[in-house]
Amino acid sequence: MTDNSDNILVRAQGVDKVFKRGSEEIHVLGGLDLEIPRGEFLALMGPSGSGKSTLLNLVGGLDRPSEGVVEVGGKRIDKLSERKLAAWRARHVGLVFQFYNLMPVLSALKNVELPLLLTRLSKAERKKRANVALDIVGLAHRAGHYPRQLSGGEQQRTGIARAIVTDPTLLLCDEPTGDLDRKSGDEILDLLQALNQEQGKTIIMVTHDIHAAERATRTLYLNKGRLSTEPVD
Amino acid sequence: MKYLYLIFSSLKRKKLRTGLTILSIVVAFLLFGYLSAIRQAFAAGVEVAGADRLIVRHKVSIIQLLPQSYESRIEQVEGVDNAAHSTWFGGIYQEPRNFFAQMPVVPEELFDMYPEYVLSDEQKKAWLATRSGAIAGRGLAERFGWKLGDRIPINATIWSKKDGGRTWEFDLVGIYDGAEKGTDTSQFFFRYDFFDETRAFGEGLVGWYTVRVSDPDAAAEVAAAIDAEFANSPSETKSEPEGAFIQGFANQIGNIGFIIMSIMSAVFFTILLVAGNTMAYTVRERTGELAVLKAIGFTDRGVLSLVLGESLALTLVGGAIGLGLSWLLVSMGDPTQGSLPVFYIPTRDIFLGLLLIAATAFVAGIIPALQAQKLQIADALRR
Amino acid sequence: MFNWFSQVISVIGFSIRSIPQRKGSSIAALLGIAGVVAVMVGVLSIAQGIARTMESSAGGDNAVVLRSGSDTEMMSGLGGDEARIIGEAPGIARDDSGTLASPELFVIINLPMRTTGTDANVPLRGVLSQAPKIRNDFKIVDGRMFEWGLNEVIVGSGATEQFTGLEIGSSIEVGQEQWPVVGIFEAGGGVAESEIWVDASVLQSAYRRGNSYQSVYAKLTAPAAFDEFRDNLTSDPRLNVKAMRETDYYAAQSEMVYNLITGLGTLIAVIMGLGAIFGALNTMYTAVSARTREIATLRALGFHSGPVIISVLSESLLLACMGGLIGAALAWLAFDGFRTATLNWSSFSAITFSFDVNFSLLLQGIVFALVIGLVGGLFPAVRAARQPVAHALREL
Repeated sequence: MTDNSDNILVRAQGVDKVFKRGSEEIHVLGGLDLEIPRGEFLALMGPSGSGKSTLLNLVGGLDRPSEGVVEVGGKRIDKLSERKLAAWRARHVGLVFQFYNLMPVLSALKNVELPLLLTRLSKAERKKRANVALDIVGLAHRAGHYPRQLSGGEQQRTGIARAIVTDPTLLLCDEPTGDLDRKSGDEILDLLQALNQEQGKTIIMVTHDIHAAERATRTLYLNKGRLSTEPVD
Repeated sequence: MKYLYLIFSSLKRKKLRTGLTILSIVVAFLLFGYLSAIRQAFAAGVEVAGADRLIVRHKVSIIQLLPQSYESRIEQVEGVDNAAHSTWFGGIYQEPRNFFAQMPVVPEELFDMYPEYVLSDEQKKAWLATRSGAIAGRGLAERFGWKLGDRIPINATIWSKKDGGRTWEFDLVGIYDGAEKGTDTSQFFFRYDFFDETRAFGEGLVGWYTVRVSDPDAAAEVAAAIDAEFANSPSETKSEPEGAFIQGFANQIGNIGFIIMSIMSAVFFTILLVAGNTMAYTVRERTGELAVLKAIGFTDRGVLSLVLGESLALTLVGGAIGLGLSWLLVSMGDPTQGSLPVFYIPTRDIFLGLLLIAATAFVAGIIPALQAQKLQIADALRR
Repeated sequence: MFNWFSQVISVIGFSIRSIPQRKGSSIAALLGIAGVVAVMVGVLSIAQGIARTMESSAGGDNAVVLRSGSDTEMMSGLGGDEARIIGEAPGIARDDSGTLASPELFVIINLPMRTTGTDANVPLRGVLSQAPKIRNDFKIVDGRMFEWGLNEVIVGSGATEQFTGLEIGSSIEVGQEQWPVVGIFEAGGGVAESEIWVDASVLQSAYRRGNSYQSVYAKLTAPAAFDEFRDNLTSDPRLNVKAMRETDYYAAQSEMVYNLITGLGTLIAVIMGLGAIFGALNTMYTAVSARTREIATLRALGFHSGPVIISVLSESLLLACMGGLIGAALAWLAFDGFRTATLNWSSFSAITFSFDVNFSLLLQGIVFALVIGLVGGLFPAVRAARQPVAHALREL
């Protein structure tokens, strides 16, 4: 563990991910470097297959790099065991997906409560926190509804509530508005912005949508494993 | 415990499929319970056989009779505590299919030898006072609706009477209960003195002896000593522990245990396929969901346990209902309408059933659970 | 009409071609049904085997005479004079050596079973020279016939297979004597194959029976001669006997155990069948829901619901039929001809028999499988046909 007095939350150095297709090896990121300061709302753009999601997965500890170092909050996560990594995710990362990925058999409240099952909190405390999270996303009145009874926007807000219920420092959003109409999408972006500004959450958002990227404090473009501040075509 | 809600919610996903799977598991455990009772009907005799009791019979076969005079000679053999004789009467009550065992015995000796036959003192007295008196087991009395005081006619197939008649009439003076669950209460006992003076032939001859030894550990030596006592006489004997005797008899009917085991294996093979198939579908359909669970911090092993937990919940519900139903069915009576000496599910088999529930759950769930465990989050989410 | 048929054919084609995509589930249902059929056929073949042994024992024109009031030989007793009178009754067929009547003795001796080593009641029969002629297809297959008047025995092929100490060269212990086994015989698969035979006079003296017998077996001139034969015996004041057709005599002996095993076997098969139906329903519902979109597309293109129902049904019937065939084949391979012994309650003695997986049993098993398939396919088929087309098309 390196001592990080500086303000960098996420640091990736020389990161690469290799996929095998037949006998051919594909280097998706090719030794990429990235630093994300605390409190940043970063939008990550780039064409399909550019490795955005791969990068997000590596930072979120959903996957391990083939090469390089990933540090989050001063802690190296690329070498953690599967078990420690899972525990780390549960504590430090909130994930928001394009297709919400809610459990269809659980009510909104129970969906939000899900990550809290991995903590030692009491049943009452879990319920309280889940309600608070739902309240933050403005869905307290829908707590008992099942995903199929919610609109897309509401489902995504439930997803965000699930991501923030454990109070993680880092929020990773993979195309959070990709499946929503403009109005619902804007509401989700409002929410993310508020979480960034009012609660100081560091957010990394992968998106295709230039509108969405405009809400971020910084936008990076990923193409063929290269990061730049300007779109490449 | 906090994951229980998650597990049961998952089962509600496809209610029809869950229901059908549970029903097929119900069927398996219903059969398990019922077949256990049938097996027990043949095995109970061996289990409750007294470790301190020997059966002494004619060496050539059980149908050959032994002199009643052997009793005192057996009792003089070292290590013998007491000897009591019985004889196969083999009569028919009303019609041949109403089969049950009838035996002439000496009442005091019967109760001394078989403390598991429980008869009230009052009824014992009545039996001693009535030469033509007889007692029936509770199960037998219930089978034919007999009450105390009933006159029970039995047609002899072997033992004709001195007057040439073949119908023996007995007065039911007692109904005995079993001290243990496995005690045979399907038998009918009447008095030997009445039998001996009434039968047309065979006076002084009895079927076999039950012998109680003072030290069960020395039973084999005592048996050998008894057989040696009568060696080279016209009626040589064969002595063996009561359990072995009953087992030998059960073996003659066939290897019931093996047949029932085979059927049960086929049943569980079938049910495993059904339940395993359901679990496989459950996992396949939910690849994405399981990946999300992992993404938000569930460990690989946590997901494995979750899938196994679902499998267990499914089997537990089905298994409990199935065992319960079999218990109900068994308590309604045996399939032969009373020919089996006992008919119940032994406690041991209920525990075995619970073990089987766990085993079924494990086998049905383990492959899908391992698939769920191996699931790569990044791959699964991309799908 | 032709259009309807071609619709059916093409829809069935679609569904059958999609089976490999669902092979796990299909195989599970198929093997489940195979298990049910195997158990059902296996258990019932026990009852069939016992019944067949009894049937092969009986000649249509044979009669058995016992003392009146006894149902089995064990309980019966006939004096030498009675036996002689019975043997001369009208209606009995004759050959060069006299009437085809055989007074016999029947006792049991204990011998250990090969499978468990525990004692079984093996029947020991004392016979006179006419006895082999009254059994079906009696023949010595190994060794020789015993010498009349000597302490020699011959053993049925079933008995020598199931019990120890009955090979040629070994001997059985009767009282103080050793009786050598000199031959093995067959008797058309009948009950006699479970028995040990010895000269009746030898058995009489060993068991101190004087000149008495327990039964008389007789071959009549024709099945129709039985009534005359019986009436003659029962009206004879010197006799107190009853006469039965051999077929009835053996049928009565196997009736109880046949009914018991058949009843239990059927009960087990029905309960297991329920389990298999649930499995088949599961498979077919899954199949239908996997094909929701395809079926809706077909309906949208103008296919009727009839062909859809039939295609789902025929898929489940096909699976059931294959399962049934596999199960029946398994049962046939595993059980047919498997020889074992059980206790004949009527004679209180061992009877050896072979499991009999016959054609009608196999047919029963396959029909049962088809019933499972029909029930298991019907509800999913109806559901498939009832799906609202527009709604189903939208589903993934």
